[in-house]
Amino acid sequence: MRGPAEAALPRPGESDLRDLFSGMVLAHGGLPHARKAFIVLSRRTLPATPAAILLAAAVALSGCASQATTSAAPAAGPSAAPSSSPVLTITDPWVKTTKEGMTAAFGTLVNNGGTDVTVVSGASPLSPEIELHEVVDSGGKTVMRPKEGGFTVPAHGTHPLRPGGDHIMLMGVTEEVKPGAQITFTLTLEDGSTLGFTAVGKDFAGGEEDYQPGAHTGGDMGGDMGGGDKDAHSGKDDQ
Amino acid sequence: MSAGPRLTRRGLLTGGAVAAAGAVAACSPAAATGSGTPGGPGTAARGQGVPETPDGTAAESFHGVHQAGIATPPQAHAVFVGLDLLPGTGREAIARMMRLLTDDARRLTAGRPALADTEPELAALPARLTVTFGFGPGLFAAAEVDHLRPESVAPLPAFPVDKLEKRWNGGDLLLQICADDPLTVTHALRMTAKDVRSFARVRWTQRGFRRAAHVQGAGTTQRNVMGQLDGTVNPEPGTADFDRAVWTSGGPEWMRGGTTLVLRRIRAELETWDAVDPVGKEFAVGRRLDSGAPLTGTREHDEPDFARLTPAGFPVIAEQAHIRRARVTDPGLRIFRRVYNYDEGLSADGRADSGLLFASYQADIARQFLPVQKRLAEADLLNEWTTPIGSAVFAVPPGCPDGGWIGETLLS
Repeated sequence: MRGPAEAALPRPGESDLRDLFSGMVLAHGGLPHARKAFIVLSRRTLPATPAAILLAAAVALSGCASQATTSAAPAAGPSAAPSSSPVLTITDPWVKTTKEGMTAAFGTLVNNGGTDVTVVSGASPLSPEIELHEVVDSGGKTVMRPKEGGFTVPAHGTHPLRPGGDHIMLMGVTEEVKPGAQITFTLTLEDGSTLGFTAVGKDFAGGEEDYQPGAHTGGDMGGDMGGGDKDAHSGKDDQ
Repeated sequence: MSAGPRLTRRGLLTGGAVAAAGAVAACSPAAATGSGTPGGPGTAARGQGVPETPDGTAAESFHGVHQAGIATPPQAHAVFVGLDLLPGTGREAIARMMRLLTDDARRLTAGRPALADTEPELAALPARLTVTFGFGPGLFAAAEVDHLRPESVAPLPAFPVDKLEKRWNGGDLLLQICADDPLTVTHALRMTAKDVRSFARVRWTQRGFRRAAHVQGAGTTQRNVMGQLDGTVNPEPGTADFDRAVWTSGGPEWMRGGTTLVLRRIRAELETWDAVDPVGKEFAVGRRLDSGAPLTGTREHDEPDFARLTPAGFPVIAEQAHIRRARVTDPGLRIFRRVYNYDEGLSADGRADSGLLFASYQADIARQFLPVQKRLAEADLLNEWTTPIGSAVFAVPPGCPDGGWIGETLLS
């Protein structure tokens, strides 16, 4: 939560700077690998310098506000950007609201590096059981299932996570995800480095695909546990 | 700057080269005749005088000391929504809601889809979209910050002319969505409404319109459904008088840079108005219908001469003429009107249900709005043909910087 000090309005001429470089870099250090993952909070819409574009990764609304204050980093000048450019970022992360049970998180993974990057697992305090899912057509029926090999984000490319497509699946959620809630996530890449981010709770009606756990690993392609889980998928919208 | 939507300047709108509206082309007689037109649709659709360059990407800046949608040159379309907070929706929940709504507004006004936008294609043309938020008296109580409510943000006293209907009154939260394109308004309304549903119920929805974008020069006084030029005497945004009249500088600290809104739904009694001859209509207002000039002048912005008498010794501008009764001499004490017409269609017998969404912004309702309203309610010839049927009052919080949210100064 931002304190009153952070709520101060910008002075004339100051807003552009804040827009582009309010951006606080969160480093997830202490990992076995040298490469760190970052989230850079910034607005991606503004006409930006190349450095800012490299860094651009918008985190949803209040995520900006609260995270910006957790970093001691002062507003970085554009020249500081390229050397510390994070390889993987995520823009617009959000998580579908739910009372409990299953839900999913979405956003756009952005690979700022020259080689493909693969996300192999996800974690969040919200759920002990998180899977990286894909949505596929199975015998004329749309189902979701764990994605073999995880999410690969091409070099200098993006990989969307969206309802009806690849997404981060949360199961066994016991705490309500309220609209506007800020939920932290950590994605682990195949080299062991991580990307941390905060997703915002959003009421959303879609994404009701049936779930086929382990279908791609030789499980029963025809089976699904979807019918009984419809409520858990539909979040708050049906209340 | 080519990467993002263009920020408008008022001056840009006056430029003929810039002025353009796709909607105009679609509605031109030439286009309506379609492929049957000799010469082919391509040439037929290019009606003379139809601007060629659409400018639906024009965007109004969301962030700033003040919320957009007040000093912003009025867009052609507006919807005002009054909402009541659900029981048990307290300060923490209201803050969550306002962060979500601020995020929606920030994105949509820039021509970007809202987060989890189900129709992202509709966000591409902001058409000068603004989304403005207001807090009704009930929100202060729900958030347990009633001691921070500006004193005059309370239901207005009853006026003898009022015929208020419950369905148009009050509200804990206001959404004011304005754009030069009605589909843009609809999309912004849909996306914000979806984020509000977990927190509040809709009390009323009021849609309004002005002259379409680009059919008149910027700054032209618009006409209301009664045919009158409406808003001739109005503080001019960008002037010291406007700042003094509109932006809150006293009262609770959190409101600095904010304002207040009184939204009155005023029905036009068009059937009886029709029965009045033009001389009678001009007498009631004190202005000429064609030019809007005071009856003592020749041009719209001529100063009225309230002392001038007819040869028979009566005031040229009647004692109870609207402009005499509405007169406020100190420009800093005037109200700022940003009005929209409404037209809800016809009854079975062909009578109009139309009038004015009288949106009045002022730093202090008690000091500015109430004295004028009292004078008009006591005696204004125009009261014969106008009936207030709805009334709502809101504190309009200041704007927010990037990364902030509307209401932060009150709720964080």
